[in-house]
Amino acid sequence: MSENATLKENTAATDTAAAPAPKPKRPKPKSMIMLGEQTNALFENARIAKENGEKVGWSASIFPQEIAETLGLNILYPENHSAGIAARHQADPFLQECEGPLGYSNDLCAYAKVNLAYASVLNGESNVELPDGGKMIKPDFLLLTNNICNQLTKWYENLAKQMDIPVFFIDTCYNAYDYVTETRVRYVRAQIDKLIEDLCAFTGKTWDEERFKKIMEISQRNSYLWERANNLLDRKPSPLSGFELFNYMSAMVCNRGKESSTAVLQQLNDEIEQHIKNGTSTFPVEEQFRVSWDGIACWPYLGHNLRTLKKHGINMVASSYGKAWAIEYEDLDGMARAYCFASTNGDNATTMIARRIEALEKFGCEGTIYHVNRSCKVMDCQMMEVQRQISARTGIPFTSFDGDQADYRNYSEAQFETRIQGLVEVMRQNKEAISNG
Amino acid sequence: MANLNSNIALLKSACENPRARLDYYLSQGKKVIGCFPVYTPEELVHASGMIPFGLWGGKTELKLVKSYLPAFACPIMQSTLELGLRGTYQGLSAVIIPALCDTFRCMTQNWRFGVSSIPMIPIVYPQNRKSPASVDYLISEYENVLSMLSTITGMMMNEKALGQSIVIYNEHNAVMREFAQVANDHLDVVTPHVRHAVMKSALFYEKSEHTAIVREIIEALKALPVYKFSGKKVVLTGITCEPDALLDIFTENNIAIVADDLAQEMRQFRTDTPLKGGGGLKRLALQWNARYGCSLAHELGKPRGKMLADMCKENDATGVVACLMKFCDPEEYDLPHIVADLRDADLPCLTIEIDQQNTSYEQIRTRIQTFCEMI
Repeated sequence: MSENATLKENTAATDTAAAPAPKPKRPKPKSMIMLGEQTNALFENARIAKENGEKVGWSASIFPQEIAETLGLNILYPENHSAGIAARHQADPFLQECEGPLGYSNDLCAYAKVNLAYASVLNGESNVELPDGGKMIKPDFLLLTNNICNQLTKWYENLAKQMDIPVFFIDTCYNAYDYVTETRVRYVRAQIDKLIEDLCAFTGKTWDEERFKKIMEISQRNSYLWERANNLLDRKPSPLSGFELFNYMSAMVCNRGKESSTAVLQQLNDEIEQHIKNGTSTFPVEEQFRVSWDGIACWPYLGHNLRTLKKHGINMVASSYGKAWAIEYEDLDGMARAYCFASTNGDNATTMIARRIEALEKFGCEGTIYHVNRSCKVMDCQMMEVQRQISARTGIPFTSFDGDQADYRNYSEAQFETRIQGLVEVMRQNKEAISNG
Repeated sequence: MANLNSNIALLKSACENPRARLDYYLSQGKKVIGCFPVYTPEELVHASGMIPFGLWGGKTELKLVKSYLPAFACPIMQSTLELGLRGTYQGLSAVIIPALCDTFRCMTQNWRFGVSSIPMIPIVYPQNRKSPASVDYLISEYENVLSMLSTITGMMMNEKALGQSIVIYNEHNAVMREFAQVANDHLDVVTPHVRHAVMKSALFYEKSEHTAIVREIIEALKALPVYKFSGKKVVLTGITCEPDALLDIFTENNIAIVADDLAQEMRQFRTDTPLKGGGGLKRLALQWNARYGCSLAHELGKPRGKMLADMCKENDATGVVACLMKFCDPEEYDLPHIVADLRDADLPCLTIEIDQQNTSYEQIRTRIQTFCEMI
C-alpha cells in the first residue's frame, strides 16, 4: 500500500469501512487503531441511540461539546464528516448535487456544500448514493457556534429549515481586539445557561453539575494531551511526520469530552516519546527543512501535499489549525471565554501574528506554507497582511498555494509543486547563509 | 416640475460624485465618519455632532487591494479598501466597520494596517437576537463605538442628542418608505435609475437634509397626475443593484422597480427604532433585534422568499430579480430558499450577478430581456 493511500484512509478519520483499505507498508500505530475504533463507536452509538428513539444532533466543530457530553447526547460533526468524504475523493457527486439541483453557489464553503447535499439525501430530496451507507444519520437538532465562521450560521439556518429541526445556538461574536471583552463573556455565558435549559427540555435529559465537572476535567486533560503531542514536534528531528497529527484531530473535534480520547491521546504521546527515546521518526525521509502550515488541510490532496514535501525533505512540524481545539477553562464563565477565543479563525490579525511567530520560534521553522483555502474567506482575507508582518519580523520565508478543504476542483498539483520548489530554494539559501556565518 | 427635476438631479449628482459631498461637509468644518455597509449605527455618529458618510465602494481599478484581499473577496470590500489605500477617503476622521460576515471580520484588520491614517472602529452585532442578553451586549458595543468617537470630537455624546438623532432617522425611514410608495404612481418619472439615486444618496447626506429633499420630491410627485404604467413591474432583492448602466437595462425593457429588499436601499429603512422602552442605546439595540428578512442577521425559518412574495403582491409586481453580489456567501445561502418559495408562489425569479467592476452587460441584458418576456 502506498503511503499516500495510508494517509488518505487515515485522514478520513470518520470512516474506515467505505473503501477497502490497501495493505499498509508499516503496521498502524496502536493509537491509530484506537482512533478508528473510537470513530466507529461514535457513528454506531448514534445509530443505536436513534433506533432507541433518542434524539441525535449535529454540531459545529468548536461548539462547547462538554454540554452535550454531560447530558449524554449523541452528536455527529458535519465538518469532520465532509472532510472525510473529501479525503476519500467522494465529494464530487455531493458538490454536483449542491450546485445543481439544490441551487447553491459554487462559491460557498465546500464542507457546507457536501453536507447540505448529504442532508438532502437523508431528507429524501436527493438521490446521491451515500458512500458510507448513511452513517451520518439524520439529526433531530443542531448545535451551533459561530466562533469558526459566519458561514456556519447560515449553513445551519438552512439545515434547520430543510429538516424542520431546532438550532441551539451560541453566538460568540468576532473579537476585533486582542482579548475577549467581558461583555462578550457575559453574553455567551447567558446563552450557555439558556441553551442548557432548552436542550434539557427538548431532549428530556437532566443537567448534573457533578457530571459536568467530571466531563470538564476530561476535556481539560484531552486538551493538555493534544497540545502536548503537538508540542513534542519541537524536537529536531521531529519524532512525527507533522501531517499525521491531522489524523488525530477527530479525537478533539468529535470526542473532546470522552475518556476514549484521553486513551487515544495518551497512547499517541507515549508513541511520540518512544520515538524521541529511540531517536526515530515517522517522517519517512531525512528532515531537511521544518515548516509551519497555515490553514485547514487540503483534504482531497493530502497525499500529493505530503509526497511533494517529502521529496524535498520538508516536515510540517507546526500547524495553527490543529491546536484550535486545545481549549482551557475551569467553569462556565471560563468556558464562555475560552470558546470565544477557541478558533484561530476568530483571531484578529495581531493575535494571529503573535501566535504564529511564537510557533515559528518554538518549532524552529524555516518556512511557512499558506493554504489559500477557496472555501474559507475568513482564513484568507487577512492572510496577506499577516504573512507580510510575520515575514518582516522573523525573516522566515513563506509561500502560498491555492487549494480547498473539500472541493477538489480548486487545486493544481503543478502550482503546489512549483511553489514548494520556490520555498525550498529560499530556505536552502538561508541555511547556506547561516552555515557560512 | 422644475423643483422635482432639480431635486432629482441633486441626488443623482451626489451618487455620481460622493467625494464632492464629503468635501462640502469638510469645508463646513464638520467631522465626517465613514460608515461601512450595513446597519452601521449612524445615529451614534449623528448624535456626536458628526456626519455619517456611507462607504460602499464603487467603480475603480483594483490594484493596491490585491496585496490585501484574494480575488474572490466581495467586490464592495475590494473597491472600498482600494479607495482607502489610494487616499480617496482622505478627510474622514474614522471609519466604522460592522463585522457582519467573514470578509467583514478581516476588513476590520486590513483597514487597521492598510489605511492606518483613518482610525477603524469595529462593531460586532449579536446574531443570537432571541437571547435577552444580546441587548446588553449590543449596548456595550455601542458604548465602545461612542468612546472611540469621543476621542475624535473631544466631546461626550449626550442622551438628548441621541434621542433627537433617533427621531431624525425614524423620520427619514418613514419618508423613504413613503417615497417608495408614491414613486409607484409615477413610474414615468421614477425610473429604476432615479429610484436608485434617491435611495443611495441617503448615504451621502446628513439625514434631515436628505429627508427635506425627498419630502419635496414626494410632494412634487403627488402634484402630478397618476401615471398608468404599461410595462412590467418587478421587486429587487440583494445587496445592491448598480451601477447605473445595469439599471438602465430595466428601463430599456420597460421594466419598473416597484419595491426592493436591497441592503443598500430599503432594507435599511424598513425597521424603525422604538421611541420608548429605555435609553437611546437600548432602543437602538432593540431596533437591531427587530430587523428581519436580511441575510446578514440570523433568523430561523428562511423568511425572505415569503416576504418577497408578499412584496410582489402588495406592489403589483409579477417577478423578482435577485441581484446576487459576487462572492457574497450570506446572500448565496439565502438564494435557493428564495427561489423555491417564489416558485411556490408562482412568481418567476431571475438571478443576476452583481460586480461593481463589470464593464460588459450584454449577458445580463439578454437575460433581463428573456425574463421580461416571461413575466
